[in-house]
Amino acid sequence: MDASDGAPSGLLKNMEVRVKQLLSLTVSALAVAAVFSVVDVPKAVAADQLTIVSWGGAYQESQRKAYYEPYMKETGVKIVEEEYDGELGKLKAMKEAGNVTWDVMDVDSGHALAGCDEGLLEELDYSKIGDKSKFLPGTALDCAVGTIAYSTIFAYNADVYKENPPTTLMDLFDTTKYPGKRGLLKKPFGNLEWALIADGVPAEKVYDVLSTPEGVDQAFKKLDTIKKDIVWWEAGAQPPELLANGEVVMTSAWNGRIGNAIKEGKNFKIVWDYQEFDWDYWVIPAGTKNVDLAYDFIKFASDPKQMSQQSKYIAYAPTHVDAIKLVDPAIAPTLPTYPDNMKTAITTDLVFWADNNEELTKRFNAWLAQ
Amino acid sequence: MAIADRAPLLTIDGVSLRARLARAERSRKLKALGLILPLFLFVLITFLIPLGRMGYKSVVNEETFGRLDHTNQALSEWDGQSVPDEAAFAALAADLKAAQEQRQAGEIAKRINYEYAGAISKFKSITRTVSKMETGPYKEVFLEADKVWGDPRLWRTIRNASGHYTSYYWLSSIDLRHGAEGLESVPPDQAVFVDVYGRTFWIAGVVTVLTLILGFPVAYLLATQPAHRANLLMIFVMLPFWTSLLVRTTAWFVLLRSEGPLNDLAEMIVNQRFEMIFTRFGTIVAMTHIQLPFTLLPIYSVMKNIPPSHVRAARSLGAGPFHAFWKVYFPQTVPGIAAGCLLTFILCLGYYITPALVGGPRDQMVSYYVAYYMNNIINFGQAAALGAILLIITMVLYWAYNKLVGIDKMKLG
Repeated sequence: MDASDGAPSGLLKNMEVRVKQLLSLTVSALAVAAVFSVVDVPKAVAADQLTIVSWGGAYQESQRKAYYEPYMKETGVKIVEEEYDGELGKLKAMKEAGNVTWDVMDVDSGHALAGCDEGLLEELDYSKIGDKSKFLPGTALDCAVGTIAYSTIFAYNADVYKENPPTTLMDLFDTTKYPGKRGLLKKPFGNLEWALIADGVPAEKVYDVLSTPEGVDQAFKKLDTIKKDIVWWEAGAQPPELLANGEVVMTSAWNGRIGNAIKEGKNFKIVWDYQEFDWDYWVIPAGTKNVDLAYDFIKFASDPKQMSQQSKYIAYAPTHVDAIKLVDPAIAPTLPTYPDNMKTAITTDLVFWADNNEELTKRFNAWLAQ
Repeated sequence: MAIADRAPLLTIDGVSLRARLARAERSRKLKALGLILPLFLFVLITFLIPLGRMGYKSVVNEETFGRLDHTNQALSEWDGQSVPDEAAFAALAADLKAAQEQRQAGEIAKRINYEYAGAISKFKSITRTVSKMETGPYKEVFLEADKVWGDPRLWRTIRNASGHYTSYYWLSSIDLRHGAEGLESVPPDQAVFVDVYGRTFWIAGVVTVLTLILGFPVAYLLATQPAHRANLLMIFVMLPFWTSLLVRTTAWFVLLRSEGPLNDLAEMIVNQRFEMIFTRFGTIVAMTHIQLPFTLLPIYSVMKNIPPSHVRAARSLGAGPFHAFWKVYFPQTVPGIAAGCLLTFILCLGYYITPALVGGPRDQMVSYYVAYYMNNIINFGQAAALGAILLIITMVLYWAYNKLVGIDKMKLG
C-alpha cells in the first residue's frame, strides 16, 4: 500500500494491526486449548525449516531484509515467520503440550530474564555464536544474546504543531499547552517512570521513589492528569498509524517505528528527552527440535557485518562492538545510541519490574477501570 | 389367555420373549450409541477434558508443589507469627539448591511473587548465595542478605504455596486474599475482578434487552407479512448474520472513529464531534448489532407457528387490540423470547474481539483478562480461575433462569 495515500490507508493498516494482534491472540488461545487437551498434533515440519518469532511490522521487515532473506539465500533453509506482541504465555503453553514449534524468538529484556529463570529458554552456548566479550555490556545473557538497542520515545505530528512544538517529556503531560489525545503503551512499564519524571522526580531517583507505595500513588496521580486524553496501544505498529490517521497528536512509541514512518514521508518528529533505553535479544525456546539450526541462524545474525545491515532498514543500533563501527555515519543521528539523543536517557530497571510487574499491572488495570 | 398372563411368553425356539426383545433392543441401542459416539468423544476430548484441566490448574500449586517439600515439613510446626527457626531456613535452602539444579528456582520465585511482590529478586539472590554454601547455619545468611526473610507474611506465603492445592487463584479472582486473620479484601487499588465480572454481566444484560426491544417488532413484522415480502425482509436480517464477526466489528470501528463518517455527519449537522470509538457506547452498539439475529430468529420462528386465528378469536370475543395482543399473542411468544435472550446473553458473556476493538479499557470483559493473564503475565492459574468462575456464575444464572422460565418451555422453533 502506498504510504502517501493518507488516512484511509493508515486506517486500514491500523485496523490490520489490531486484527492481526487479535488473530495472534486467538492462535494463542488455541495453543492454550492444546495444553488443556490431550490431543497432540504431530509436528509435520521438515528439518531445514526454521520458525522465527518477532514483533511484526516495520521491525520484522528490517529483520527480514537484514537477516532472513540473506540467510535463506545462503543456506537454503526456509524461514517461517511468526508475529507476537511479547506473549511468552504461548511458549509456555507449547512447552506444556510438549510441542514447541518456535525455534528462534526476538524478546525484550524483561522476557529474556524471566524466560530464563522459568526454564522457558535454552541456556546459550556462546562457543556456537561468537565472542561473548564483543557484545556490549549487559547484552550477552545466559539465555539471550542482544540484537538491537532500541528506545521508547514520544513522537508528535509536526503538521499539528508547526510553531512551538513539544521538546521535553513535560510537554507529553501538558494538555493545556498541547491539547489533544496522546497514545501510551497499555502497560505500567515505562509509563510510571515517565510520570514520575514529569512530576519532578530526578531520573536517578525514579526507582527509589517507585519502590514506595507513596511513589506509586504519585505516578498514578500524574497519569490521572492526562488519563482522559490517552489512547492506549498494544502493538508496536499502532503508534505511527494512530499519529497518521489523526487519532492522536502525540504518542509514545519504539523509536524505529516512528523512524520508518518518517522515511515513508510522514511528517513526524521524535522527542528524545528521557528516552527509555532497552535491548532486544535472540533466544532459543527450550524444547525446540531445531536447536542446531537455531544456533546457526543466531550466529549468522550476530555476525558484525550482517548485524550492521539492520540499521539501514530501521533506526535501531547493533549490540556487537564491531558492528557499531560498520554502521553508516549518516544513519547514526537517528539511532538511540547517538550521544545527543542519549543526554537524558534512562534505563529501565528490570529487577524492579520482575518483582513488581504483577502487582503494578493489577493496579494499572484497576486504575484503567476507574 | 389367562395362562399366558402368568407363564412367560416363549418364542418358537423356547427363549422367553422378554429376553429376545431385550436382545433386539440391545443391538438397536448399540447402533444408536455408535451414531452418537463420535459426538460424545468429540465433546469429551475438546470440551470436558480441557474444562477439567482448567479447573485443576486453577487450584493446583503447579510451580511449587513437590519442590518445597522440606520447607513444607519444617514449617508444619511453625506458629505462623514469628520468624521460623534454623530448620526451616535450612530446609528452604535445600529445596532451593535442588530446584536450582533443575532450573525450577525461577518458577518457585514467580509463584511466591504472585502473593508477595518483590519475592523474585530476593529468591534469585538467595538461591545464588545458598548454592555456593555446603553447610549451614543458614538463618543468619538469609537474614543478613535481606530483612525480608524475617517477615512472617513471606513465610506464610511460602507455607501456603508449598502444599498441593491452593485457594489463592480463586480468592484473587473475587478480590479476596488470606490475611493474618483469615480472609480479607485486597486493597482497593488491587481490586479489579469483581468490577470486571459486574461489567461483563451488565454489558451482556444491556445488549440482551436492546436486542429484544429492537428484535421483537421486526420478528413480528417478518412473521405476519406475506411470504414474498417476508423473505425479502429476512435477507436483510440474515445478510449481516452470514457476515463474519470480525468484519462486522471492523465495520463498526470504521463508522465510530473520531474521523469516521458518523462523526463527519455529526459535524455537519450539530457542528460537534462525539467520542464513540473506545467507549462503552460503541461496545454496546456493535455488540447489539452482532447479536440481533440471535435474539430475533428464535422469536420469529415461534411467532410463525402462532395461528393468526387466536388473535382474531380474541378480537371477535370483544378484546381490544392491545388486550388481544398482550393476553393471547404475547404469552405464546414467551418461549421464543426466552430462548433468544438466553442465547444472546450467554454468547455476550464470552465476547472478546468486539470490546477489544471498539471498546476502551473500561469496557474489557472477563475473557480479555483471561487472555491477558495467559499471554502477558503467564499466570495460567489466574486465567483458569477467572474462566472457571465465569463458567460457574453462568451455570448458576442458567439454573435460576430455568427455574423462572422453564427450559422445557423454551423453543428455538
